[in-house]
Amino acid sequence: MKKAGKKVILDAKGMERVLSRLTHEILEKNKGAEDIALVGIWSGGVPLSKFIQDKIRVIEGMEVPAGYVDITLYRDDLSRAGYQPRLKRTEIPFSIDDKKVILVDDVLFTGRTIRAAMDALIDFGRPKNIQLAVLIDRGHRELPIRADYVGRNVPTSRTETVDVIVSGAREDWRILLNESGPGRGE
Amino acid sequence: MDWRRRHVLGLADFREEEMEFVVDTARSMEEILTRDIKKVPALRGKTSVNLFFEASTRTRTSFEIAGKRLSADVVNFSAQTSSVTKGETLLDTARNIEAMKPNILVIRHPASGAPHFLSRHLSCSIINAGDGANEHPSQGLLDLYTIIKAKGKIKGLKISIIGDILHSRVVRSDLHSLGRMGGKLWLCGPATLVPKEMERTGARVTYDIREAVRDADVVMMLRIQLERQKTAFFPSLREYSRMFGLNTEVFSLAKEDAVILHPGPINRGIELSDELADSAQSRILDQVESGVAIRMALLYLLAGGHDAAH
Repeated sequence: MKKAGKKVILDAKGMERVLSRLTHEILEKNKGAEDIALVGIWSGGVPLSKFIQDKIRVIEGMEVPAGYVDITLYRDDLSRAGYQPRLKRTEIPFSIDDKKVILVDDVLFTGRTIRAAMDALIDFGRPKNIQLAVLIDRGHRELPIRADYVGRNVPTSRTETVDVIVSGAREDWRILLNESGPGRGE
Repeated sequence: MDWRRRHVLGLADFREEEMEFVVDTARSMEEILTRDIKKVPALRGKTSVNLFFEASTRTRTSFEIAGKRLSADVVNFSAQTSSVTKGETLLDTARNIEAMKPNILVIRHPASGAPHFLSRHLSCSIINAGDGANEHPSQGLLDLYTIIKAKGKIKGLKISIIGDILHSRVVRSDLHSLGRMGGKLWLCGPATLVPKEMERTGARVTYDIREAVRDADVVMMLRIQLERQKTAFFPSLREYSRMFGLNTEVFSLAKEDAVILHPGPINRGIELSDELADSAQSRILDQVESGVAIRMALLYLLAGGHDAAH
């Protein structure tokens, strides 16, 4: 028997704890915030990267550059879609050359978004390395991609969707698992 | 809004939200042009053919660069060097090109309606890059975009278009784009070149450049199209320049923050004085930049959605 409806995976408080841990892991692995740049993937990754930027400011007393990238023009299914999706903005107002770029996304699913985001990043310069931080890893990879920092591993079936609600006030942030229906992520 | 349009033949039937959608897409495209690597893979594997039956360097180059920035294969086909000079009909030429399976055909033709005619016979997408004195939709959209960037809005602005209104397809597209978005349009030029009937479009007509420029937010000068004037519409270029040319003295009647547009190429010293063409108020080069972004947006939007046709 399958459960119907929505299940809360993380509430606002839980998300904050997970993101704090991710931030500490990023700082631990990179031995501080030196040369780090954050790039959130539009749209779910953008508020998350801002959150991590704020957290780094508190912990290290340092402002790391943060930007965001829209991967629409790098998608591998553009010619298959029934119409062209609306473009969002890309804004990386700093040089990523020799930076340790932390890509931030809400849900890691097939890995195709990450492939597209890496292609986009390479068009902006030559980073020292690219690392990947995701809030939710829901499995079902179609490309050899894995995250360096994972908030939660959530086993899902393909028909389920993960809704990450990160628009609006941080107190209202939450992550839901839907048995079916439209969702974010992929 | 979902974009479902297959062709861009003119702005006459464009809805406000469609124009906003194109402008919004162009904004994203313009960011690409600021990067070191000015290319994205969106249209990889798509082919765009520029089929030009009239001399044009900037529009053709603009469409070519726009396609290449999106990774499309762009092929230029100019009538002067083709079998058109050997007597082939328009439809035969177009069918031959279509047999080579392009996704988008960008066409400029001296006859009004040529792109519309082709759109009924071909299965690829068609963009009108100027048909006779009818329309030049990508210019109408890039003028809209340039003014939005300069002024933040269109609604309520006094926008004066001065010059050869009669032969201008740019004006016809601008009347649709700027007019529909709420601009107050004024048309000005010699009476022989400004048909009174143009008032039916909602624009004001005047034969006095001072009245047109007074308190204007945007002044758009048009080129005197010597190649389209088989009969004399005015006595001499010198007289034209004196009565309808924009110089610092006339331009001082406009609002202090007014901007100058011109679809190019400029006849310096005839419709526009040297110092104004190079002034800080001139947005002429910004129009060229906006043009690439708008054409990228159009190519991108048309390249999706009907792959089944091929």
